Amino acid sequence: MEKFIKHIGTGVPLRRSNVDTDQIIPAVYLKRVTRSGFEDGLFAAWRNDPDFVLNQEAYKKGTVLVAGADFGTGSSREHAVWALQNYGFKVVISSRFADIFRGNSLKGGLLTIILGQAEVEEMWAAIEADPTTAITVDLDTRTVSYASVSVPFVIDDYTRWRLMEGLDDIGLTLQQTDSIDSFEGKRTALKPTTLPIR
Amino acid sequence: MGKTLAEKIWAEHIVRRVDGEPDLIYVDLHLIHEVTSPQAFDGLRLAGRTVRRPDLTIATEDHNVPTLNIDRPIADPVSKLQVDTLRANCKEFGLRIHSLGDKDQGVVHVVGPQLGITQPGMTIVCGDSHTSTHGAFGALAFGIGTSEVEHVLATQSLPLQRPKTMAINVEGSLKPGVTSKDIILAIIAKIGTGGGQGYVIEYRGSAIRALSMESRMTVCNMSIEAGARAGLIAHDQTTFDYIKGKPHAPEDFDAAVSYWTTLFTDADAQFDVEVDMNADDLEPFVTWGTNPGQGLPLNSVVPNPADIEDSEKRTAAERALVYMGLEAGTPLKKIAIDTVFLGSCTNGRIEDLRAAADILKGKKIASTLRMLVVPGSARVRLEAEAEGLDKVFLDAGAEWRNAGCSMCLGMNPDQLAVGERSASTSNRNFEGRQGKGGRTHLVSPLVAAATALRGTLSSPADL
Repeated sequence: MEKFIKHIGTGVPLRRSNVDTDQIIPAVYLKRVTRSGFEDGLFAAWRNDPDFVLNQEAYKKGTVLVAGADFGTGSSREHAVWALQNYGFKVVISSRFADIFRGNSLKGGLLTIILGQAEVEEMWAAIEADPTTAITVDLDTRTVSYASVSVPFVIDDYTRWRLMEGLDDIGLTLQQTDSIDSFEGKRTALKPTTLPIR
Repeated sequence: MGKTLAEKIWAEHIVRRVDGEPDLIYVDLHLIHEVTSPQAFDGLRLAGRTVRRPDLTIATEDHNVPTLNIDRPIADPVSKLQVDTLRANCKEFGLRIHSLGDKDQGVVHVVGPQLGITQPGMTIVCGDSHTSTHGAFGALAFGIGTSEVEHVLATQSLPLQRPKTMAINVEGSLKPGVTSKDIILAIIAKIGTGGGQGYVIEYRGSAIRALSMESRMTVCNMSIEAGARAGLIAHDQTTFDYIKGKPHAPEDFDAAVSYWTTLFTDADAQFDVEVDMNADDLEPFVTWGTNPGQGLPLNSVVPNPADIEDSEKRTAAERALVYMGLEAGTPLKKIAIDTVFLGSCTNGRIEDLRAAADILKGKKIASTLRMLVVPGSARVRLEAEAEGLDKVFLDAGAEWRNAGCSMCLGMNPDQLAVGERSASTSNRNFEGRQGKGGRTHLVSPLVAAATALRGTLSSPADL
């Protein structure tokens, strides 16, 4: 995974709440067996509307998505994270994220940042007033800055460290194989198994 | 201080705990399907890793598969490739798979319980958000993303932040015609789609204890629609009776029951949040909008967004009414339906089919709509056919299909057309969920059947 330390880009204001993962990428796009090429499906239904924010020239190069509350609800499809990343987003900001989406994003290196709704609305206003506003997302100092504004955000130390080092979660867990072995040694035999088939 | 059931299950599965890091949690059962697994297997191959515990892993084909002509090759080449990929991956890594044509093929959350492989006290994961269904057995079960699927395949464990706990107490008894689907829709309307974020919900109270296992699964299934990754119900005699006799029920059943009964929420346990609901005055519930929190009793009218104080909710309601093609003030029962969908991991089990068939028996569905009946698994289909339910549905004018997720998410050919309106026993009324431009009203199987007969959203009492 690529290291995430600091990102500077422009913003895309998505003034909608409850953006579910079916909107981020509809089910018909989930049939692929690869991790790439999902950018075509990103917000597929909404992109039919010429006025939709991603269709506006001013926001075409945006890499920081600033969305309404409860972003990423619904299906656990990680394709939603891939679609955002494949399209070019590096950061999503919202006042609330659905748990599974947030977990998926932080595993895959898409930084999801929780700010207060008032701070989100201020960002929307600033981006809409000047779409070229540079936004700096600094994971090291845990701040989002643009124009003269600097807002701190909270992220747990472990996740921050893992993202800044670009570490593979599976590799980290495999270092604990001894603990897994010993746990399995003590597991009750009353638990079911799928094999042999009964 | 005492512990909750969820906290006890969590504690039993800690492989490793270190301050400042997520707990490493052992996974007792990993369910997989064709849509969220191919990239995970690819990841294993790229890193030269293998599946740690094939004997705790099981696969089936559900999201993408057709429900017609299942004896022929899958017509859509992209769907076919995905299903073929799952089959090849299972073969390569030595995993059990139930493919189209097998009696245990079906929606992954119907398959686990019917095999008796979903049991109390377990940790269960699947690359599907409705994994919360298995919580009905007193298990800690939640959906995961594809990176986590790969993680579980490789290590049989997951690093996880400990969730907070929420109790939802539902006391009283349901009126006839009101079901567990109405309970959960009312809960989501009350706490909102984000109300459960960060929590494991334990559903408690006399109304919950009175539910059958399959009705309990309906409640737990939609925990994620309230934002909670997992929801569970304490296991009891109802649970044990359901598991007993299933293919993978414990051989020493008494020993298993003794173990299971060590796991319960202590009387002095503290939940981080408690929510109270009364079952006595619940009515059949239906959604009018485009998220599952936008629901009302069926006797209501379409709400007027201007009456909603919260500006964010007001804007969402305005958008929803435009998308749904509804006018504020219209009685919900006046809304005409084009398609009734009976099925899914929420309401595609035998009890759901029986309840709907009971209403449809000897009658004809309205000429203005079509009705799709999609059993949750091939085993449910066979059971229904043995009871003659297929005849009831066919005689009423409904379509009797093969098992799969089908129109719940419209990934296979079963989809709504643009502007088409459904009454659906599934779990999500998102824009385009059942097909691009389709409009979904979430309902119980009883409301689905009554609606099929009358052509407009209806409860059995309207018949």
